[in-house]
Amino acid sequence: MTSSTAVEHDPLTTNRAGGRRLRDLPKSLTGISGLDEVTGGGLPTGRPTLVCGPAGCGKTLLAMEFLVRGITQYGEPGVFIAFEESVDDLIANVASMDFDLAQMVDDGSLVIDHVGVSGSEMEETGDWDLDGLFLRLGAAIDKVGAKRIVIDTIETLFGAFSNTAILRNELRRLFEWLKARGVTAVITGERGEGTLTRFGIEEYVSDCVIVLDHRVTEQTSTRRLRILKYRGSLHGTNEYPFLIGESGVSVLPITALGLRHNVSTERVSTGVARLDAMLGDGGFYKGSTILVSGTAGTGKSTLAAQFCDATCRRGDRAIYFGCEESEAEIIRNMSTVGINLRQWVNAGLLRFRCFRPSLLGLEAHLFGMQKLVGEFRPAVVVMDPISDLLRVGTGEDVSAMLTRQVDFLKTRGVTAMFTSLNSMDDPTHGDQQVASLVDTWLLVKTMEGNGEHNRLLYVLKSRGMAHSNQIREFLLTTQGIELADVYVGPQGVLTGSARQAQEAKEQSDGMARLEDLEQRRVNLERRRESVEAQTATLWREFEDEADIVERLLSHGSTVGEDRAGQRAAQGRLRRADADADDAVPAPDEQRSAP
Amino acid sequence: MDDPDPDPEPRWQADAAAAAADELWSLRLYVAGPSPKSLRAFANLKQLCETYLSGRYEIEVVDLIEQPALAGQDDIVAIPTLVRRLPVPLRKVIGDLSDARRVLLGLRLLPESV
Repeated sequence: MTSSTAVEHDPLTTNRAGGRRLRDLPKSLTGISGLDEVTGGGLPTGRPTLVCGPAGCGKTLLAMEFLVRGITQYGEPGVFIAFEESVDDLIANVASMDFDLAQMVDDGSLVIDHVGVSGSEMEETGDWDLDGLFLRLGAAIDKVGAKRIVIDTIETLFGAFSNTAILRNELRRLFEWLKARGVTAVITGERGEGTLTRFGIEEYVSDCVIVLDHRVTEQTSTRRLRILKYRGSLHGTNEYPFLIGESGVSVLPITALGLRHNVSTERVSTGVARLDAMLGDGGFYKGSTILVSGTAGTGKSTLAAQFCDATCRRGDRAIYFGCEESEAEIIRNMSTVGINLRQWVNAGLLRFRCFRPSLLGLEAHLFGMQKLVGEFRPAVVVMDPISDLLRVGTGEDVSAMLTRQVDFLKTRGVTAMFTSLNSMDDPTHGDQQVASLVDTWLLVKTMEGNGEHNRLLYVLKSRGMAHSNQIREFLLTTQGIELADVYVGPQGVLTGSARQAQEAKEQSDGMARLEDLEQRRVNLERRRESVEAQTATLWREFEDEADIVERLLSHGSTVGEDRAGQRAAQGRLRRADADADDAVPAPDEQRSAP
Repeated sequence: MDDPDPDPEPRWQADAAAAAADELWSLRLYVAGPSPKSLRAFANLKQLCETYLSGRYEIEVVDLIEQPALAGQDDIVAIPTLVRRLPVPLRKVIGDLSDARRVLLGLRLLPESV
């Protein structure tokens, strides 16, 4: 089939090696979320694109959205040629997606033409051609000045005409004619046995081929899209999951998103003061992704709820996606640990979206979550727990989905907290694929000992933070979560009552020390008092003595004067010839001599 | 497609005359310009009608190049297309009508059992 196109005269393909011309291939944006990314800018302008796949894979819808987006977003009128569905059916089928086709028809921007070939029986005699169809297409294109056209599904003609030789020839002519008209066309085709389309129309439409698929794995269906071929253009080669939601088709590129989101140095509180302190400088980074893993009953949900509570307390919005409990259950359960979530729900700051994961496929979950995030614009998103999603998809699928979810949230600056339920044996098992995605990984686990079951929390990793490496005991109190220091003893970490006993012991030891000190202080005081008393006594004695000495001194000077007078009198008595002054020492010497 | 019937011609004519009764036949031939195919088709049709429906038929030729909007009316895709508008139900025969037997079959001028 396609080998017939091996001999190329197309200037675009001959320039494939040139590289520079690749970018020159004119493309028309489809406006379909994600499709323009994987096609590198849309479908080839003025050329037909084949969209094929099995029944119910979304061909018609994709094609219709291509037209509707063209009209509403790019001002390109369109024509829809329907071979299968009636005009009324088509309008009704897409009315659920906010596409008001009837209005567009009234506005003169859209023509829907139903070509009924299967209804009536036709006899063929001799030679014929498809000029009738050409004329109808031409009239419809001219009516609105269409730039885009959809033919859905042209293979129906094979059921109506028995002379396929003429039909094939006419189809080839039709596609040449479409190219000559310069309309960007989407042709749909149903998948055949071993061929892309049942009647091999890929032979005529070879510029761009998009294959849609609809697979059911483990009772969950996933739609996938692949660009099989895009002549003269680079394109994503992967299979991309896509969804049909209320706003149309969404292709979810796994790898198209570059790591280009803005980062913030702003911190958001975890709602637990000591956890904020453990993370260094006041909590998680805004827009970061946090994983809380732990075994059952370790308080992961409570941690998430407290985080929501703290977010709403700051006046920011939060969404809580729950896979295990209903909204009412979560609110009731959290109220027992002093977290009042009801008030935030009433204030319109907190929204719950609780669902069973098995309800929908992974892609549908992802889409639903992204839609709600887009509408509600929260600062914080909680998914509790992501491990439940493993029931819906395999590990790789879940990890791919989470990658996209993380990218989606990061580009919007939403701080996300995922919880993950793990087995007792290996608390981090199953999170390895997710671990590389997250910025902060908290581990909560329980420890058995002394007939108790106590919770421990530590920060396993936290990118860009000087976080604590210590293990804290994680307490659920009536005032929410509290973190307590643990004691490390010879038998490992002490928690629960062992920790309390240790605390009591330390407290009593402290008391004893205090008492001892008090005693010493009292003793010292007493001693000071006694010293002071002694000092006072000594002072008194000293003063007494000083007094006596003073008195004696003053008495002594009068005695001296008397003595000098006596000596002078003696001298006179002894007829001394010397002066009285010179003569004075003599009697002293004499007197001091033995 | 070859008919297994070895010598069908005389019986068809008789059947055709019987089936026709005295209803009015309203036929419309869609063409796109004066192409050889279309001219051939008209000539073939005219001849058949004279043979089997003499005096109780009318043929309207619609040129879609002049009136493209009419293509939607009878859901015309192929050219030429002959439409039996009366008697109801509507029936179509496409091609240049060169095979008289198939045209008669398509118009139900012959009983379906044949």
